[in-house]
Order: sequence, then structure tokens, then C-alpha cells
Amino acid sequence: MAFTLPYAITLEVGSSLENKTGSWRTERPVYLDRLPPCNIECPAGENIQAWLGLSQEGKYREAWEEIVHNNPLPAVHGRVCYHPCEDGCNRKQMESPVSIHAVERFLGDEAVKNNWKVSAADSTGKKVLVVGAGPGGLSAAYHLRRMGHNVTVVDSKSAPGGMMRYGIPSYRLPRDVLDTEVKRIEDLGVSFKYNTRIDDVAATMKADGYDAAFLAVGAHIARTLDMPSDDSVTITDAVTYLNDIENNGKATALGKKVAVYGAGNTAMDVARSARRSGVEDVTIIYRGVRENMPAHAFEIEEAIEEGIKIATLRSVKEYKGGNIVLEINEADADGRTKSTGKTETLQADAIVYALGQLVDTDLLKNCSGIVETDNVIEINTQMMTGMDGVFAGGDMVPSARTVTTAVGHGKKAARYIDAYLKGESYTPADKHETASFDKLNTWYYEEESMREQPILDLDKRKTTFDEVLGDLDEQTAQREAMRCMSCGNCFECDNCYTVCPDNAITKLGPGKRFEIKYDYCKGCGMCVEECPCGSMLMAPEEL
Amino acid sequence: MSVKENIEFAQTGNLTAGNRLQDIQVCSVQATQDRANALDSGHRACQGCGEALGARMAIDKVMELSKNKVHVVNATGCLEVFTTPFPETSWNVPWLHSLFGNAPAVATGVQAALKAKGMEDVTVIAQGGDGSTVDIGFGCLSGMFERNDDVLYICYDNEAYMNTGVQRSGATPPTARTATTPLSGPHPGNNFGQGKSVPKIAMAHGIPYVATATIANVRDLERKVAKAMSMKGARYLHIHVPCPLGWGSLPKDTIKLARLAVESGLYPLFEAEQGVLTGVTKIRKKIPVDEYLKLQRRFTHLFKKGADTADLEGVQALADAHIAHYNLWDGE
Ligand SMILES: Cc1cc2nc3c(=O)[nH]c(=O)nc-3n(C[C@H](O)[C@H](O)[C@H](O)COP(=O)(O)OP(=O)(O)OC[C@H]3O[C@@H](n4cnc5c(N)ncnc54)[C@H](O)[C@@H]3O)c2cc1C
Ligand SMILES: Cc1ncc(C[n+]2csc(CCOP(=O)(O)OP(=O)(O)O)c2C)c(N)n1
Ligand code: SF4
Ligand code: SF4
Ligand SMILES: [Mg+2]
Repeated sequence: MAFTLPYAITLEVGSSLENKTGSWRTERPVYLDRLPPCNIECPAGENIQAWLGLSQEGKYREAWEEIVHNNPLPAVHGRVCYHPCEDGCNRKQMESPVSIHAVERFLGDEAVKNNWKVSAADSTGKKVLVVGAGPGGLSAAYHLRRMGHNVTVVDSKSAPGGMMRYGIPSYRLPRDVLDTEVKRIEDLGVSFKYNTRIDDVAATMKADGYDAAFLAVGAHIARTLDMPSDDSVTITDAVTYLNDIENNGKATALGKKVAVYGAGNTAMDVARSARRSGVEDVTIIYRGVRENMPAHAFEIEEAIEEGIKIATLRSVKEYKGGNIVLEINEADADGRTKSTGKTETLQADAIVYALGQLVDTDLLKNCSGIVETDNVIEINTQMMTGMDGVFAGGDMVPSARTVTTAVGHGKKAARYIDAYLKGESYTPADKHETASFDKLNTWYYEEESMREQPILDLDKRKTTFDEVLGDLDEQTAQREAMRCMSCGNCFECDNCYTVCPDNAITKLGPGKRFEIKYDYCKGCGMCVEECPCGSMLMAPEEL
Repeated sequence: MSVKENIEFAQTGNLTAGNRLQDIQVCSVQATQDRANALDSGHRACQGCGEALGARMAIDKVMELSKNKVHVVNATGCLEVFTTPFPETSWNVPWLHSLFGNAPAVATGVQAALKAKGMEDVTVIAQGGDGSTVDIGFGCLSGMFERNDDVLYICYDNEAYMNTGVQRSGATPPTARTATTPLSGPHPGNNFGQGKSVPKIAMAHGIPYVATATIANVRDLERKVAKAMSMKGARYLHIHVPCPLGWGSLPKDTIKLARLAVESGLYPLFEAEQGVLTGVTKIRKKIPVDEYLKLQRRFTHLFKKGADTADLEGVQALADAHIAHYNLWDGE
């Protein structure tokens, strides 16, 4: 430096940047991505937080593309998925979870409205057979096609959707929504063959030269009961009843007073469909206590609002003289039931069994190596059955039996089928550690409760199959998305960069996150403590 | 609607320093890539020093608004010592060390010199710890107020003389243990006394602007710096800066403690113009003082078996009095 030092001063002025305070440190802050609980709970493996984040920014198309990376049916899922993601959502421990399904539905409907499409990779020349056009089959077909394989979906019914069409009533899933989402898969280049039942998978594969098959034939055989009857009460089952509504556009007339036996979601669907078809007196009969009814609480609520009666602690014994003879049960404190030996009667024109469904495994009769246990087909960790090249998923394998589980199976199977066709092996990426609630610093989040979807007025809910729940408008959906706390993944709030007393963090710019200057970081841990979303941790320094 | 208009909610709203859903202009200066870093890395403050952080927050905002035309006069104390062990300096700003007790007077002189040279566009800052402000430099400070000199004075309050080993100051809270208020007698730690609120005393001088701020709320702090900078004359900013060493707290808890001090009511956030209270920053989630005190070793005796509960109750009463006086809490 070209200036003369003052009297008695022997050193030039320097910057404290010479002083590398990083040597003080015993622990170092590091950035990491943790897996949010919503994502962990989503059976389709959606990266929910990523698409909520894009929605917050108003980037709906990108958000939708992030969903369809995993799940081809967002508009359907926004309506019928039981959204286990919301049970996992950390925001639930603040006020209420993010209404993930309502935002998903908004995005799905934006895609329908704007005719958004997806594209497929170049053809690989490999042929895959998919049996069943339910959610499992559709998902596998979609993913395999996007990977470039030639896919043919074969279904015995005349239209696609499986139980989404022949089970779930249209007041919960309007058919035009389903049709548009299936059409998108068709437009991708997947071939569909309807009205075609596969009787022998092995033979079909051989005859038509398929390189692999994915089976998702669902569970369509209604469980029934053998009860003494004088035939004075008409007996039918949920699968037949709901199927008839779909095929004929209206319900089979069952009389004025109808009972439904069973208390799962299917029972609710039957009861509520019957109500909408003009049956004024609908009673659900369940052997246990209300708290143990397997249907989701919201479906039971909605059914009751619509005037459905529920007779708990009753078991059907016999049909006699236009009456159902009911055995009266009693429950102990834990809800366990036993018969009291007493009976009563319920006058009814008909009863619908909603007691669960069985899988028809007949098509597998000539497939060697396939193992059936308790009426479901066994698969390995790669979704393959005992027969080489034959994969299976959805309701026909051990599963939670939901639309979303089936879609998740389809995706997972597609990845393994793709590897199988290429003679490679597929290893899923290691899962990041969980972004549990205790990792968050919730001080930094604004408090705001979940937004409710609009609901159809009750009169219409008793007389029409109009959709019960409505859409959030754009502004509401966007604000709901903003309730997401971005658990476990940096959303660039600039807190770490701001709170460091040592100016030891560099902001790299929008979308690029931050970097620690380890030369200066003293390891105080303030940045980690004040990170709202838990995307930092302190790691011991090797000494 | 554009996301930028939606700032009142937007995930973390204004609670975080920045927010990718907001325009960067409405975020804190600390959230910007081109902040001045007036107090740079390599300083020798303890891990998790609140004072180092408070100084960077305040001076960076001054730098932004004055377009880097700033002169700082710094009283003796930690902030001076840890930033300038000869021949190094951590300051990226013209900076002058006064004595322990005369920073306000020196700043007045600097301001007069700048005026004489026609450089009135330079902002003059005087700053010091609570010891230099509340106790030893208090006479000079009162003079600076009374003459209404064009200086912004910033006090970094860590509630004791930290640089010389944690001796009590006029800003040390009742019951706190320091080197000079040991744990002895029936009421261990600092006594209750009458308190000495320099912000209130500054208000009594009727100066243009007085405000209290905290490192736990950088947007509020920067807003107050900006308000002060928009005025001429003597202005006073009092910033609460937890000190891990002197308080016996974990370095990582520095911001948290600053936040709990506000949420308990012990450290009220308010501002005043010409001696009249013009605003308070409300408590967001009210907490009992225990939650704040328990994280600090200087208060552990309050929670020991056999402690006189009157001491803890006394501290809570202080917080309650602040809450009532400044109307800090809208809930029940
Ligand atoms: C009334 C009802 C309501 C429901 N509501 C919901 C809900 O709201 N949310 C939810 O997540 N889940 C719901 N479920 C469950 C959900 O519908 C099923 O878990 C899901 O549809 C299973 O998908 P899948 O692909 O395995 O089979 P399915 O959807 O059952 O589809 C199987 C398809 O395979 C075809 N097929 C069968 N055998 C052959 C063959 N041999 N050859 C050719 N084609 C064949 C069938 O025609 C059918 O189209 C409901 C179920 C029912 C019954
Ligand atoms: C006249 C005089 N007396 C005493 C000292 C010793 N001394 C240096 S710093 C300091 C304490 C500073 O306390 P405070 O102003 O609260 O600043 P802190 O170090 O806490 O930030 C003391 C007593 C001194 N430098 N000058
Ligand atoms: S707050 Fe967001 S990231 Fe966290 S669990 Fe809920 S939806 Fe997922
Ligand atoms: S706040 Fe700064 S000094 Fe403290 S651990 Fe984080 S980077 Fe290091
Ligand atoms: Mg001090």
C-alpha cells in the first residue's frame, strides 16, 4: 500500500476476513432435504409439496405436470382419493391439514379445462398387456407408455375406469371428469380393447406376442350370505346395484323401504344412491357400534344429512313376511359385540349386501407359479407374480383397496416392468429422513384454517346425482396451497442468511438456495434453529 | 391475482426475513444478496452473539438508505473490541472508536465537522452497549438529545457489561445473576430497584424519534431504522441483543430468547415521536416469563427448590405492567 504508516504503527490495517473463525467450530450446519409426511402417506407417491409450492407461485401448469409425473388422474383423485396425505400433514398439528385434495382437484380441473397433455418417449418396440382398465391398469399403461412401450389395455366392460365407474357413484365422481382423464391416456397412444374378457392370461400373451403383462382385474364378486328366507324381501348386492345404475342410467327399483347390510364406504354409496333414486326410507344395518363403522366419518355424516338411517348393533338373521329379522347385539366398553339373543323386525322391500368383494382369479388358471392366498394373488417386492413377466396390482393383490393404492401399484409395477423389458434392474432411490413436526420452527408460519369446499344444497343431494362437493376458485386454491409449510425442504425464506451473526452464509439467488462459508461459520446453530421448515441440521465436526 | 399482492398471508407472510412469494423490495435488506455486510465475517464475537447480529442488521439498513454514506462512532465495549483487534477490522464502513463514555459527544463532533465540510448528506451513527449508554455515557447522551444533534444513536442492550466479564449495568434485569450481583441473601441476583428505561428518558427529551427493536424481528427493526433515517435531529434506537456468554444460554437460542423476551412482555416494542408514543408491536403468542427465564443460567436460582416465589412473581409483574402500559396484547 502506498501510504505512510502513522507514528508508532507498524502494521497496515487489514480486514478481519484474515481471521478464519471456522476453526472454532465443533458442529457444522448442513442443508438437507427431508421427506415430508404428506408425501410418505400418499399411496401414489406424489411429491405433494413440490406441486403445492408451484401452485403458490401461480405456476399451475408446472404444478399439474409434477402431479402427473406420478399420478395420471389428478381430477379423479382430487375427488375420490381418501387423502391419507392430509392425515400425515404436519399442519394438522397446528390448526388443520392443508386441503391437499382440494388443490389437487383444482389443478386437475385446470388441466381438463385447458386440455393439457403429456408426451411419451420414443417407442421401444416392446409390447405389454394390461388386463383391467381400472385405476391400477390405467396407471401402469400410462407410465409404461410414457416410457415408450406399446401398451394394450383389455377390459371386459364396455367403458374404462373399473370400480371408479361401476362402483363410485357419479355424485362423487362425474363421468365427464373420468372420461377426460382416460382420454388423455388414450391420446398418449395407449390402445384400449373393451368388451373383451381375458380368460387365460398365459394363452393371450403367447398368442399375441406380449413381452410382459400387468394384471389389475380388481375384486368384483360380491360377498353374500346364506340366510333363511321366504323370498318376501328382495336380496341383491352392492356391485350389482351400482353397476346397474351405471349401465342403465338409473337404479333398479327396489321398493319404498330398503336396507343396506354393511357399514363400509360401499354401503354409504349404495344407501345414498338409493336415496337419490327415490327410495325414501333407507336403513344401514351394522352389527357393531357407530365408532367402529369402517366407512369414513365424513361419508357417514353426509349420508345422515341426506336422511339415511343407521341401525347399529344389529345382525340379519332371517327374511320373513316382508320383514328382516334382526338379532340385537350389545357392546362392551371396548366396542366388542356379542348377541343378546333377543330379536326385532324391520319391515323392508329389499336388502342390498355391501359386505366386501372377492377376486375372480379364473384368468390365471394356466399361469404356472402363481400363488393365491386368501383370495388375493401374491407378488414380490417388484410387483411380479410367481410367473415370470406377469406383474399384478390393485385390489387383486394384498392392499388397502383404494383407487390411489391401485394407481401407486401401477406406477411401481411400470418401473419394474420397464427394467424387466430392458433386462436391467430398478433400484428405487433411498428415501430421505422424515420431516416430522418436531423438525419445524412453527413460529414463522401464519395461522390460518383449512378452506372448505362448497357443498351442494341438501334438497338436490336427496333427489339428483349432481356432484356434492364443489371446486375451490383459483384464489382460494392458491391461498390454501400457501398453507403448506414446505416441511423438510428449503423454500428460501432467507432466515438462515439473515440470522447468522458471522455473515457466514451466502445467498445464491432465487431458486439456488444458500451456501455456508465454513471458513467463518463458528457453529452457533442459530441458522438451524431458526429454519422454519427443518431443512438444516447440525452435524458433529470431525476433530 | 398476482402472488405479490397476496403478501398478508403468503405462507410465512412477513414473519421470515424474506419470502420468495413477495417482491424482494418488500423483504428485509438482510434477505437481499447485495446487502452491505457492514459488519463482516472474521470478527471475534462469541458463537451466537446477538450484538454482532443486531449491529449488522441496523447498519446494513442505514447503508442502504444513505447509499453507503455513513460514519459510525463506537463506544468501548464488546462490539468495539471484537470487531477491531489491531490491525484487523470487520467494518466495511468508516468507523471511529471513541471512549467508553463519550460516543454521543464524539458523534456530535463528527457531525459538526461534516457540516463544516459541506458533507451533511453523511449519516452519523453513534453506538454502544447498555453500559456505555445507560450508565457511563448517559450524560453525553442526554446532552446530545437536549441539543437535538443530528445523530442516530443505537444502543445494543445485552443487559450487562459483557466485555469486562458480566458486571451489572442500569439495564440488568431484576434477579439476574452477574459478577457483581451474586447469588447471596434471601433475594439472590440483581435487586428490583426502580428500573431505568433509556427509551422513556429519551422520550422525555422530546427528541424526534425513539424506538425499541429486537433481532428477533428484522423487518420491524429495519422499518424503525428507516423511520429514524427519514428524520433529522437526535434519534434513539434501543435494540435487545441476547448474549450467550453473559446470560448462560445456548448460542443457538439467541434469536429465540430475543423473541421470548418480546412475547413475555419483558421487552416491549414501541416507538415515539417528539416524546409521544406512536405505536407498539403487539405480542403474537403470549407466554409466561418462565419460558424465557428458564433458558438462561443467570436465572436458574429462581427455579431452585426453596427459592422465594416472590422473585419470579416480581418479574412476571414487570412483564404484566409492560403489557398493560403499552397495550401489547389483544387476546385475553
Ligand atoms: C362402491 C365403491 C366405492 C369406492 N369408492 C372409493 C373411493 O371413493 N376412493 C377410493 O380410493 N377407492 C374407492 N373404492 C375402491 C376402489 O374403487 C378400488 O380399490 C379400485 O378401483 C381398484 O382398482 P383396480 O384397478 O385394482 O380394479 P378395478 O377398479 O376393480 O378395475 C378392474 C377392471 O378389470 C376388469 N376385469 C376384471 N376381470 C377381467 C378379465 N378377466 N378380463 C378383462 N377385464 C377384466 C374389470 O371390468 C374392471 O374394469 C370403492 C370401491 C367400491 C366398490
Ligand atoms: C472509562 C472506562 N471504564 C471502564 C472501561 C472498561 N470497559 C470496557 S468495555 C466495558 C463494559 C462495556 O459494557 P457495555 O457498554 O454494556 O457493552 P458490552 O460489552 O456489554 O457490549 C468496560 C467496563 C473502559 N474502557 N473505560
Ligand atoms: S404442510 Fe405441506 S409439506 Fe408439510 S405435510 Fe402438509 S402438505 Fe406436506
Ligand atoms: S448461524 Fe452462522 S455461525 Fe451460526 S452455525 Fe449458522 S452459519 Fe455457522
Ligand atoms: Mg452490555
